[in-house]
Amino acid sequence: MARSPERAIRIRASPDWRTLTSTTTAPASSASPAKRRPPKSSGGGLGRYIIVRALLIIPTVFILVTLVFVLMRSTGDPITAKLGGQLPADQLAERIHAAGYDRPIIVQYLEYLGQIATGNFGTTLTDNRPVTEILVTYGAATLELAFYALLVAFVVGIPFGLIAAYFRDKGQDASLRVFAILCYATPVFFSGLLLKLIFSVWLGWLPVAGRASVSAQLQMELLPNKTGLYTIDAIMTGNPAVLGDVLAHAVLPAIALGLLTAGVFLRLVRTNVIGTLSTDYVDAARSRGVSEYRLVRKHAYRPALIPIITVIGLQIALLLGGAVLTETTFEWKGLGFMLSEYLQARDFVAVQGIVALLAVIVALTNFIVDIIAALIDPRVRY
Amino acid sequence: MSTDTVIQPPKRRLRDRLPVVHQVRQSVGLQRGMLVVGLVLTGLFVLVAIFAPLIAPFGFAQLRDLEGPFGSQQPPSAEHLFGTTVGGYDVLSRVLWGAQTALYVIVIAVILSLFAGVLLGLVSGYFGGWLDRVLVVVCDAIYAFPSLLLAIVMAIVISGGQSNLWGGVFAAAISITVVFIPQYFRVIRAETVRIKAEAYVESAKVLGASNGRVMFRHVLRNATRTLPLIFTLNASEAILTLAGLGFLGFGIEPTAAAEWGYDLNKALSDVSSGIWWTALYPGLAIVLVVLGITLVGESLNDLADPRLRGRRRVAQASGEVAETSVVPGGTLIAGPGGLAGLEDGESFDEHGIEVRS
Amino acid sequence: MSTVVNIERLGVSFATDAGAVKAVDDVSLKVERGEVLAIVGESGSGKTVTAKTILGLLPDTATASGAVILSNKAGTAESDVVSLSKKQLRAVRGTDVAMVFQEPSSALNPVYTVGWQIIEGLRAHSSISAKDARAKAIEILGRVGIPDPEHRVDHYPHQFSGGQKQRIVIAMALVLDPGLIVADEPTTALDVTVQAEILDLLRRCRDEFGMGIVLITHNMGVVADLADRVAVMYQGKVVEEADAKTLFASPQAEYTKALLAAVPYVGTGTASAIERAAKRPADWVEQTPVVEASGLEIVYPGRFGKPGFQAVGGVDFVIRPGEVLGLVGESGSGKTTIGRAIAGLTKVTGGSLRVLGHEMNGVREREFRPLRSRIGFVFQDPASSFNPLLTIAECVAEPLVIHGRASNPAAARKRVDELLEAVQLPKAYGDRYPHELSGGQRQRASLARALALEPELLIADEPTSALDVSVQARVLELFAELQREFGFASLFISHDLAVVDILADRIAVLYRGSLVEEGTGAEVLGAPRDPYTQRLLASLPVPDPVAQAERREELRRLREAV
Repeated sequence: MARSPERAIRIRASPDWRTLTSTTTAPASSASPAKRRPPKSSGGGLGRYIIVRALLIIPTVFILVTLVFVLMRSTGDPITAKLGGQLPADQLAERIHAAGYDRPIIVQYLEYLGQIATGNFGTTLTDNRPVTEILVTYGAATLELAFYALLVAFVVGIPFGLIAAYFRDKGQDASLRVFAILCYATPVFFSGLLLKLIFSVWLGWLPVAGRASVSAQLQMELLPNKTGLYTIDAIMTGNPAVLGDVLAHAVLPAIALGLLTAGVFLRLVRTNVIGTLSTDYVDAARSRGVSEYRLVRKHAYRPALIPIITVIGLQIALLLGGAVLTETTFEWKGLGFMLSEYLQARDFVAVQGIVALLAVIVALTNFIVDIIAALIDPRVRY
Repeated sequence: MSTDTVIQPPKRRLRDRLPVVHQVRQSVGLQRGMLVVGLVLTGLFVLVAIFAPLIAPFGFAQLRDLEGPFGSQQPPSAEHLFGTTVGGYDVLSRVLWGAQTALYVIVIAVILSLFAGVLLGLVSGYFGGWLDRVLVVVCDAIYAFPSLLLAIVMAIVISGGQSNLWGGVFAAAISITVVFIPQYFRVIRAETVRIKAEAYVESAKVLGASNGRVMFRHVLRNATRTLPLIFTLNASEAILTLAGLGFLGFGIEPTAAAEWGYDLNKALSDVSSGIWWTALYPGLAIVLVVLGITLVGESLNDLADPRLRGRRRVAQASGEVAETSVVPGGTLIAGPGGLAGLEDGESFDEHGIEVRS
Repeated sequence: MSTVVNIERLGVSFATDAGAVKAVDDVSLKVERGEVLAIVGESGSGKTVTAKTILGLLPDTATASGAVILSNKAGTAESDVVSLSKKQLRAVRGTDVAMVFQEPSSALNPVYTVGWQIIEGLRAHSSISAKDARAKAIEILGRVGIPDPEHRVDHYPHQFSGGQKQRIVIAMALVLDPGLIVADEPTTALDVTVQAEILDLLRRCRDEFGMGIVLITHNMGVVADLADRVAVMYQGKVVEEADAKTLFASPQAEYTKALLAAVPYVGTGTASAIERAAKRPADWVEQTPVVEASGLEIVYPGRFGKPGFQAVGGVDFVIRPGEVLGLVGESGSGKTTIGRAIAGLTKVTGGSLRVLGHEMNGVREREFRPLRSRIGFVFQDPASSFNPLLTIAECVAEPLVIHGRASNPAAARKRVDELLEAVQLPKAYGDRYPHELSGGQRQRASLARALALEPELLIADEPTSALDVSVQARVLELFAELQREFGFASLFISHDLAVVDILADRIAVLYRGSLVEEGTGAEVLGAPRDPYTQRLLASLPVPDPVAQAERREELRRLREAV
């Protein structure tokens, strides 16, 4: 019985929408050229792939930056949005003119593109700071949060995903799947609030909010070459109490944000491993007497990892979106927290700048993740 | 081909053709449990949303009744089962009314993105060329971007932040739509590209069918079979995005409608002082609705994927012998098409609802 | 001689959506050391299920009864696979019995080197050191004929050709020196010239390693080439079991007789082709050809600036009215591409291709569309050639509706019924959905659709390669009948020389995008001039053990001559 491509692809479709869409497009676009190309690919494939993939960053960033510009400016100029109604009309007009917002939109757009190309993402209206400075000041905090959250996601998501696949359709699997669904059915701000309520307010074990207590912060401020990454700064103070304080502050936000992503990872690992477990090569390995544990751990996991890593790249976006909410919940002073502050203040120049900046970051991380995925796949490497 | 398809009479019974009913009947054990729980939760949500005006003890913006103001941050009591918020609203009422807002947003967002995404995906995937390439790059770019941020930007554009019920609902729905279009686009486009290469589409082309005919008669209907699945998954995503917007202060004014995310935002400071009821109930409402819809979506997906679908085990060597599989019209000569799938474990498992639906 | 596997009263059932289905029913078989037992049958006969049971590889949805007694190579231990625990099964797999899979490219894990995969099997069963295991892997790769094994051992599966991959899969099966190898359609996915090499290798497994082999196949030629004993399975039961020579010389069971009769032989079509040629009018050669290719070139564009892939280069041929041209070639030879180009599905990039008087090089779809009513097309895969959401009658009515012969499918029903009758399908089948028909029935419906407008040209792209041999025979017969009746010209594409020979007036042999030989069946098959055609012909196993042994010699001589 001929195996129709329809089914082969349908099998790849997994319910998480990010997974679903990304994995269904991949085989569809790669299947036809593979059939037509001569079987052996020539050397140097990886180098070419990296270059092509790197070039793709440019249109991605360009499209997002343009989209943000067009959308944000379609409602009018930022000064009216911020100060409209608060200032007399002539003063307002004067300030609009001074900022150049009365020029033709296309001129402003081109100027904006030019600025972005030179790394200038604008200056905030409320406190008159360059957006890039905000990145430098607060980016470290978001990076730190994202790192810890990813750590939680990996530590929870991947082993549990493998366990669920191994015990497929048994009790362990069912409870892990419900756990995974609960993980991403719970908005981070709600799980954050619950964690806060239980561990900080009722039990009093962990701090309620912030990145460090005032005294710890003061000690780190005194460091000559501080990084902004509190974990590293705390180590540099050489004071274990400071490090403990910083880590205690990170626990709840990292869990709240990490569990969200962990749920996605868990089901992703489970589905992909179950998928590869039913391939011929797993059966072939089984027929050589390879143990079931090893089949899951070695034969199914590694090939399953390639689509997983690609999807993890897309999870970076989810993580950043979640970071905005987590940072707001825990008053974690990172980019997301600042974004929400500027949103409340209706400072749309700042919002536009931060969003555009995040677009660049997302495009870059996706690039790196794709390269890693390619490196794992020997079919691309050789 | 599998046995059942040959022995089966040409017409299937209605109960096997109804989308969800068919899946419930098809599922077994845990999978059925998950699907049923999901359906119950989702059904409950829809009922509450429709009958909120009847069920809720108070209005969503009601601050006082005949006996005077409710009071702020009152703990749960007989009068206010879930307590009252910092703004003096009844938590229970706002949780129930919130279902209505959520349902509005889901329905509008999903319908809008469905139409735009499906049409774009179909045209782009079918015709290919430069339009396709541009659309793919644009959608990929949007797709890779944090959806919440995009929704925020859209909310600013549409409503400048806050507004009344319908303004707010549409703002939220359209923001979510913009985020969803690339997803529908990608799925439908991928399906279209795949189906375009199927022999039956090529066969229609060879016959000289016009592009419109091929697209709508052959491609569209086959490409949209996965939609119910994406539909459920995006519905839950819509709720989370709406709540996220509300939490960041881009939801709907409390006097215009009840919105769970907004209530959670207001509960943020309550939690620090140990007031739990203002956060717990709206949060639980979100979790339960998303859980319900996700369970339905996941179960449908598992059932659609033969490799993930569970089956009952059979008793020792039971079942009818393969003779039943013989095609009407002769034994050997007509060819035993019947048990084809049994030839190896993998293709055997492939007979799923694709074959029968 | 000692028995390596003894299957006793095996029954296997599967849970399906439609309830339990029995796939294997009361099967008893034995394999001795150094013997090849072929289990032959068409799809659904239960042969693969039987084979998988020997390794305990059935899916969770299956339950087995009876016994499969497996002995180790030395004959010192026995175990019943059906009742073994998972752990015991693992100990048996690889050491006592090993498996060779149908599709070598999917039987190898793409992300590990072949050496890693061979060593893994070794180390799963013994505490051999990494260095020794590697030495053993290199040795076994050398023995199965992989050149430069010291270096190739570190290569990934995708760096090998299909035939080499199958050699590696066989090497993996051999490395632990099991008493029995189960080979499940080991050559079905391979081209016929490669198939001959793999069959040779399996023969060496038997002769040099002294293994018992269970060969699962549907191909009677392969059986004749390799098997010592044959078991014929039909609908889950063994209907006949005999040694190979006896079975082919005097089959007993009705089913076996019918099966053997259905196998196409090279040379059967020559007589009818001559007959047809004699009937043609004298001026036939001067008539305008339906299809005329000269210097035809088709290049698929490369991606990301890579050079394109030339599928067809410099091909010349003609198809005259009412004539069947058989186009033969192995995978990647460009035969399907040519068919698609004639139907306007693939762009012609160079040379000239005239179809029904129209130049296809640079043709626009709009100009070509009116011509489409004069061309029919039958696709290879019967599973996907019908829109699953339309009934057979609606599908067959499509061409009539599109070209304005009927306003809607219902209005075309009368004509559709006639067509269904012409392809020997009951009228009532028109109301069925495609998945409710078997592969052979669908392929007939496909013919009905292609013939609906009575085209002058019919392109058939491997129309029978997905079908069982008995079904294939019927479809081919039908095709010949319809061709006589309707008198269309046809391009018949196939990888199987014997199939093409039955139908074609002339045969064209394609090799790597160019035409190496063209002529009547008698010329091409009787006295091939091109070395590739000679090799192709000699590689094709015939369903007769005695004749096949001679051909094998012939092929060996050909290979040595190269």
